[in-house]
Amino acid sequence: MSQTTVVSDRSPVFSSARLPRWAPAVIAVASVVLSIGISLAAGWESRVQWGLIAALLFVIGTYAVTARIEGPRQAKDRVATSLVWVCFILAVVPLLSLAWTTISNGAQVVDGYFLSHSMNGVLNSDPGGGVYHALLGTIEQVLIATVIAAPIGLLTAVYLVEYGKGALARAVTFFVDVMTGIPSIVAGLFVLSFWILILGFSFSGFAGSMALAILMMPVVVRSTEEMLKLVPNELREASLALGVPKWKTIMKIVIPTAIGGITTGVMLAVARITGETAPVLLLVFGSKIINNNPFEGAQSSLPLYVYQEYAIGTEQSIDRAWGAALTLIAFVMILNLVARGIARWKAPKTGR
Amino acid sequence: MKLQRNRLRALSLGAVAVTGALVLTACGSDDNSADGNDSGKTDSAAPSNIKCEDAKGQLLASGSSAQDNAMQAWVKAFQEACSGVEINYSPDGSGAGITKWLQGTTAFAGSDSALDEAETADSKKVCKTGQGINLPMVGGPVAIGYNLSGVDNLVLDADTIAKIFDSKIKKWNDPAIAKLNPGVKLPATEIQAFHRSDESGTTQNLGKYLQAAAPKSWKYEPDKAWAAEGGQSASGSSGVASQVKNTDGAIGYFELSYAKSNNIPAVKVETGASQPVEATTDTASAGIAAAKVVGTGKDLSLELDYNTKADGAYPIILVTYEIVCDKGNKADALPTIKSFLNYTASEEGQKILSDAGYAPLPDEIATKVREIVPTLA
Amino acid sequence: MNTTTTQSPPPPPTDRIEPSSSQKTVVRPGDRIFSGLSKGSGIALLAIMAAIATFLAYRAALALSENKANFLTYEEWLPQNTPPMFGIATLAFGTVVSSVIAMVLAVPVAIGIALFISHYAPRKLAAPLAYLVDLLAAVPSIVYGLWGALILVPHLDGLNKWLDEYLGWTYIFDKSGTGPARSLFTVGILLAIMILPIITNVTREVFLQVPRMHEEAALALGATRWETIRMSVLPFARSGIISASMLGLGRALGETMAVATVLSSNFIISGHLLDPGGGTFAQNIASKFKEATPLGQDALIASGLVLFVITLLVNGAARYIIGRRKEYSGANA
Repeated sequence: MSQTTVVSDRSPVFSSARLPRWAPAVIAVASVVLSIGISLAAGWESRVQWGLIAALLFVIGTYAVTARIEGPRQAKDRVATSLVWVCFILAVVPLLSLAWTTISNGAQVVDGYFLSHSMNGVLNSDPGGGVYHALLGTIEQVLIATVIAAPIGLLTAVYLVEYGKGALARAVTFFVDVMTGIPSIVAGLFVLSFWILILGFSFSGFAGSMALAILMMPVVVRSTEEMLKLVPNELREASLALGVPKWKTIMKIVIPTAIGGITTGVMLAVARITGETAPVLLLVFGSKIINNNPFEGAQSSLPLYVYQEYAIGTEQSIDRAWGAALTLIAFVMILNLVARGIARWKAPKTGR
Repeated sequence: MKLQRNRLRALSLGAVAVTGALVLTACGSDDNSADGNDSGKTDSAAPSNIKCEDAKGQLLASGSSAQDNAMQAWVKAFQEACSGVEINYSPDGSGAGITKWLQGTTAFAGSDSALDEAETADSKKVCKTGQGINLPMVGGPVAIGYNLSGVDNLVLDADTIAKIFDSKIKKWNDPAIAKLNPGVKLPATEIQAFHRSDESGTTQNLGKYLQAAAPKSWKYEPDKAWAAEGGQSASGSSGVASQVKNTDGAIGYFELSYAKSNNIPAVKVETGASQPVEATTDTASAGIAAAKVVGTGKDLSLELDYNTKADGAYPIILVTYEIVCDKGNKADALPTIKSFLNYTASEEGQKILSDAGYAPLPDEIATKVREIVPTLA
Repeated sequence: MNTTTTQSPPPPPTDRIEPSSSQKTVVRPGDRIFSGLSKGSGIALLAIMAAIATFLAYRAALALSENKANFLTYEEWLPQNTPPMFGIATLAFGTVVSSVIAMVLAVPVAIGIALFISHYAPRKLAAPLAYLVDLLAAVPSIVYGLWGALILVPHLDGLNKWLDEYLGWTYIFDKSGTGPARSLFTVGILLAIMILPIITNVTREVFLQVPRMHEEAALALGATRWETIRMSVLPFARSGIISASMLGLGRALGETMAVATVLSSNFIISGHLLDPGGGTFAQNIASKFKEATPLGQDALIASGLVLFVITLLVNGAARYIIGRRKEYSGANA
């Protein structure tokens, strides 16, 4: 925590007095102790507040001490350093708290039973039950969404990078941008009115998938576009010069070169839509029962499950909500890690 | 060459991912979730005489969250008795239930208020040969739950309730409250009045009660959306209940079942009867018994008497209807609807209600419902 | 590390190979099919977008033609009344206020973290940290909502009390009751936490692109580390930081579930930010939509359209700034 390595040879004034390396640590400890003291004395209970006071004291303390010993320029530098540290710690606290509460609350619930059973016949105030039906629903919906969105997104990106010129390409680029800005609930509304109300299909996992696909497409286009642009032109030229048709050049040279990045992009998009609640809320109806068929009948999904169990609000259901939240995070994280693994493993070999 | 291999590798990776997902889909399929062995301590209905008849397949329904707990219990018992039937009741709220049902996406709707004229007219589109009818199925007291440390026996009357929810009374030790609770030491805590942020029949019923019983203090038209000023909101009865449970000085309204499942004490209401009435399933049944059937034909919509002064009759009540077509229900869903509603209206079905904090229908009304359900077509 | 989101690494030369059309070569059927396919999917995308836009506009128009109140300035949301009256004033206020709070809190902190990772953290810590921030950006918003409602809200009671007591005179922090902290202020904090990873992520990438030479030159002149950052890193990264913030803002504006779980919503515009109440576009749609009458749904869609336009403007601005930066720093790419 403590060693803010101030590389000493950066100091222009070689003879100036310097704080010992342990000084920041001492100031930090002192300000924490002081803040606890103040808070206890004033009877404040919030830990958040204690943290804020400690952070403030630390910054002030550092400035005062350094200005005294090392001079104002160094003092400013120190303050900046401690501010950066404070920022970091400030941000880490809630994020760690989020991770910690989800893991610790969720871990008490998640087990083999929880992952392999549905909520069929479990009353709101009953303990037990599981997320299998929701997990299954999420996987199926996301898979279908990917099957719809990935090819369209990929081909659109290919069009933009390899073929696109003129008004159409500009329009597509613009509307891809517009699409990234669609609030997810609006995509849900669209599918609801179009697919269910106008065309008269019933609620299903597939309806949810379509909304997710709408949200996924622009993300895939964007990331694929970036990746295709990274493919050096020399490769294309070499291939074309050998008389290879353009489509074959794209299929056999351009895409394979960028495949790592493209896969990563697609998987990150998948991870993003996995956590979408709002459109799913409107479209899959929700169910307590396992439904293997995403094309017919009500399904559930993990984010929806978290929301519903939270809304029920009994102790048992809140427990289940945490369990499902942990399952959801784990699922998204695994996707992310795999995506990043692929990215590292096959970083585009562009020579850049 | 190298590129080729890369692509193959990527493809195989994708293939592995897909097959992995498929394997998970196929193998984990543990449908024995109804193995209540683990969790079935609650009212596992004894060997039932539920008549499944031709019930089969999946039935979608949605609507009032007020009857959610009752519906869960019914569905559980029904599904245990009739294998191959799946009933999905989604507690979206009465309005949502009616909207979805009118759109033809669900088999029946649960609602805290009967169809109004426009909705009944609309329903002719869905029912084709018939129209929508309201079948009262669950009654329940709307409990005024509170959370006030040190106080576990609180009496209020319609007037104070109205003023509290209208932010006219702001402290728990207000003289108006103190007058109704002689001998109770009321803290000076601020009142946190919670209402529903979504539209709800529960809100509407509370509004009707306040309008009927405290017309001077409650000037708002009863509506599904909250009309009064101030206060805090939460989504759904469950949301209000959990906020009340977690906030000192809070008061809110929700069905008694939510008060029970969250261990929230409920206000006793001073109605003018010989003593203040507690919210229980019995007192609510007594309150509902004063209702008149105003529906015509097969429609059994009720008019509740919120101003009752009868001893032991709790005035803040709501009745949840199941809304179906009298004729022209979807052919594939009809047997399941009939069989399920038959069960819920039966003595057996009504019996499990009081365990869940609901009031069984008075015999007179229940009998009428039982007569009508078999005639649905 | 690529972050699929929208920031762009300075693109490599994008000049395309002109298809050899000028030489009138044979057009192979494979080529035609493939280009047709890719063009087709581009058009499909446009069609979807057009369909959504038409649908939104159509239903919004339905609602607006029935509306008896001024859509922009009316504060209540009563589409179910008999002359239907609804307006977005409260929603716009809540959306803007919560997002502004989120930005004020998140942007400086995000810059701090980004600096920390790129310039201050011990080497060994930096890489895993960057990785961690990336992962946090992927945590689903419903989980933030759950955490916010069950953990953050109770923990903010103390802070609220403190703000009320010592800063109550500022009007903004005057809290009129002791209710739980389910206020716009809390929503702002939660949104700040949510967008922190995104802004940090993009900002960090921008910092890493600062030409090494600039920094070394500053250091060689005897600047302290802070002076180096202020003189060479921040100016270079300014537009990048702005566009990163815009991206974060875009997400904050459209956030639905996290707000819906935390906020105690109502339709009162109040400058007392600590008081429970207020609402945002997305939250209002999510919590009202299910129960709404057909007209009510149209009204919500109309508000969705407004949100859509706002988000579009913000994203467009971000894009514009990034685009300008490309030209400006083209030499460094």
